[in-house]
Amino acid sequence: MTSRRFFGERFTRNEDARLLRGLALFVDDVHLDGMLHVAFLRSDYAHARLISVDTAAARARPGVVAVYTADDLGAYWQPGPLLVAPPPIDGLVFNAATQVPLIKDKARHAGEPIAMVVAESRYVAEDALVDIVVDMDPLDAVVDLEAALEPDAPVIHEQHGTNLASHVVQQKGDYQRAHREAALIVKRRFHYDRGVAGALENRGVVAQWDARCEELTVWDTTQAPIPIRSGLARMLGLLESQVRVIAPFVGGGFGSKIMMFYPEEVLLPWAAMRLNRPLKWIEDRQENFYATTQERLQIHDAELALSEDGHILGVHDVFLHDTGAYNPYGLTIPINSQCTLLGPYDVPNYYTEFRVIFTNKTTVTPVRGAGRQHGVFVMERLLDFAAKELGIDRVEIRKRNLLSSDDFPHNHVILFQDSAPLVYDSGNYLPALEKAVDLIGYDEFVREEQPRLRAAGRHVGLGIVSYIEGTGIGPYEGARVTVEPSGQVRVATGVGTQGQGHYTVFAQVVAEVLDVDLDRIHVTTGDTREFHWGTGTFASRGVVVAGSACHEAAVAVRKKILGLASDALGVAENDLELEGGRVRVKDAPERAVDLGELAVRANPLRGAVTPGTEPGLEATAYFGPDRGSTASGVHAMIVEVDRETAMVEIKRYVVVHDSGRVINPMLVEGQIQGGVAHGIGNAFYEQLVYDDTGQLLNASFMDYLLPTATDVPRVEMAHIETPSPLNPLGVKGVGEAGAIPTGAAFAQAVEDALAEDDLEIREIPLSPNRLFEMIRDARATR
Amino acid sequence: MSQQIPISVNVNGTLYERAVEPRLLLSDFLRHELELTGTHVGCEHGVCGACTVLLDGDAVRSCLLFAVQVDGHGLVTVEGLAPDASSDRLHPLQEAFREAHGLQCGFCTPGFLMTLVAFLEENPHPSEREIREVISGHLCRCTGYQSIVEATKIAARRSA
Ligand code: FES
Ligand code: FES
Repeated sequence: MTSRRFFGERFTRNEDARLLRGLALFVDDVHLDGMLHVAFLRSDYAHARLISVDTAAARARPGVVAVYTADDLGAYWQPGPLLVAPPPIDGLVFNAATQVPLIKDKARHAGEPIAMVVAESRYVAEDALVDIVVDMDPLDAVVDLEAALEPDAPVIHEQHGTNLASHVVQQKGDYQRAHREAALIVKRRFHYDRGVAGALENRGVVAQWDARCEELTVWDTTQAPIPIRSGLARMLGLLESQVRVIAPFVGGGFGSKIMMFYPEEVLLPWAAMRLNRPLKWIEDRQENFYATTQERLQIHDAELALSEDGHILGVHDVFLHDTGAYNPYGLTIPINSQCTLLGPYDVPNYYTEFRVIFTNKTTVTPVRGAGRQHGVFVMERLLDFAAKELGIDRVEIRKRNLLSSDDFPHNHVILFQDSAPLVYDSGNYLPALEKAVDLIGYDEFVREEQPRLRAAGRHVGLGIVSYIEGTGIGPYEGARVTVEPSGQVRVATGVGTQGQGHYTVFAQVVAEVLDVDLDRIHVTTGDTREFHWGTGTFASRGVVVAGSACHEAAVAVRKKILGLASDALGVAENDLELEGGRVRVKDAPERAVDLGELAVRANPLRGAVTPGTEPGLEATAYFGPDRGSTASGVHAMIVEVDRETAMVEIKRYVVVHDSGRVINPMLVEGQIQGGVAHGIGNAFYEQLVYDDTGQLLNASFMDYLLPTATDVPRVEMAHIETPSPLNPLGVKGVGEAGAIPTGAAFAQAVEDALAEDDLEIREIPLSPNRLFEMIRDARATR
Repeated sequence: MSQQIPISVNVNGTLYERAVEPRLLLSDFLRHELELTGTHVGCEHGVCGACTVLLDGDAVRSCLLFAVQVDGHGLVTVEGLAPDASSDRLHPLQEAFREAHGLQCGFCTPGFLMTLVAFLEENPHPSEREIREVISGHLCRCTGYQSIVEATKIAARRSA
């Protein structure tokens, strides 16, 4: 649109200087006069009836201002909302149970809050937790997914009489026929276990009630400030305009910070109003392991029907999904799993069925990947096993099944998490696979390098897998673009940001339309006072949906600019162009007017604003995609396994990624590198270990291992750009992609490295211990 | 109220005299008493490194120290690296982080910076292996570390 290029360039980030100096405001940095501090007493038991809570001694401790239990909340005590209603699927069973602010009758997972202490300091608040006397009657815990459905299993939510949270069947074509006609059926069971989001910043809430202005301000580490504001206003009986929610700099989210509402988000504003004092609660890391939502644990019984030449005839998959104690996100994760399983492949017949199970574990909500990795793992592993049995090369079997570039839009018939049919908008899968094959040096590795290294006694292997990711779903986001009299541009949007670089990307989007220097564009996100329509940052949708809204708003402002400039310069709009913060006449560039001057003209102190026009160089626009855009890619890695210690070293990692048009390659690459690191953690280091009483045994960073700089290699990347037709920017989401196929690639690579042991890896995470056992067992059975 | 111990500590060149409870963590002292909130707390148990500061020039974890232990000592926090906030000038390592996209959410960043400042002082021309070793004592969930390694290399090259 303009002569300068703002897209596709590696602009450094506007927000970095503040962050690097330690001056950026995070929630725990908010200091207010008279602020009190909150600590929570949490259940030690995973499943226990609450008999009594005695808070008298805690209340009597010097420095304690208040102690609240569920009874103190009165009518304010309400279970949280069901955030995502299940899609309209025939025959669906859905039993909703959402989290409560403080437990009343029983604890349903360890770490559920029982009482809230408000004190002069966090130290005193924590001292007072010890003063509280709780009487609880422990119940048998529901931990194992299959045992949860046994008739004699303890029931977590009595009102449902069962631990079954939902049951869904979706079908495309006729799997039974595919099964009958198949030359080969590959059938396996797969486990994919739980992990944490692991954002480095724990959650936190600061709430301040200004009694004179009758205004509530809440600083919250949320990915969704606008829904939090609307919900708080409703619950507290305030106008939305009386509630301001600010998600300032947020230290990583990855999905775990968008769980409306966490108990603390409900309780602090309420107590701040009652006490008329500002309150702060900051989660500590141990609490984070219990109280912040987690993801995973699915068990799949899957089968793949193939023709003799390796064409997929159909897939049959029946799986169990662990939602933990509550299911506020409805079916989002298991539907992601069932939809993503199909991958970039032509699957004519698909039978997919799942049961969601309540367990006495921390609630499960979408975390980076949000169940997609489970689907990819199942499909890619099945293809690997099929290739082996059919004697077809693993890349070849994938090539034979990829959708071709003229198969788009491709309708998979089953419903996606946004309740729309799963339709891939665009894609170009074969070139991505070929590029990855080329970059990792597949042919040479298989033909020469691997045999040579094997002969030297080394265990090296390669993994290569494809995936797709539904990104950028609705409903909508909005943005407002304003040119100020100084000529600087303000952009406000509702999504929060947790490090993705939205400030910079949105500035680039607006600059592309208005041709204003990036350092003169100021982006605000995550403050409901600045912009109060929208949903939040999730499902890799920030750039796709909010970015498109910024674009539309900028286009509307541009139109106003040209109209005014045409009047001012007496030249037809068509003969004008925007350049460097000015509008000039194309053939006579010395005739020009600044945007700032036009902004002043647009808001005259005298004279009338003509009917049908508005004052100011400002426009607000909304963007709501019909459906998500489908990103895709290929991951390939080479590993070396030490067969004695079962340690795995990742030697190379290649990602070929198609996220549509790339606005800032530096940021896209950062998202992918970070996602891969997350995926490596999931694949080999991170596992939440629950015992059979529902106790989490490794609730610290000492026992739950995040990958470090010596575990994560440099990711070599290539981009393929297949623009999405569903939004004006042609972009697709990228925030989760790095983490999605990693487990599948890792399993294939490790198996390949240990070919002589003839292992089959059907579970994630592996760990050195688990891999060691597998190698030992494989030796024993030979 | 419990016993208060007077301490005096120099932070980023300014002398602070305060009376503190013996159990007050250094991280809480810096963040909440001195309102130097650039030092972050990610785990409170010495693993993540976000709370790293320089104590008499050495990188230490402020969540593992009590404020009373630094009585009479000198500290540098992230705010002390490029103290003039009104100027565009950053510390060369901060500059390199910006260039190499060494931060995303930026929560872990102050800790990495403080460790690396001390490290580069001692070892101005580290190998990639050495850089990875030294930062493997820090956690970052966003970047996948590569860009932090690149930033360190850039800073080392520039100081040559
Ligand atoms: S907060 Fe000190 S090491 Fe994590
Ligand atoms: S940049 Fe977010 S944790 Fe490192």
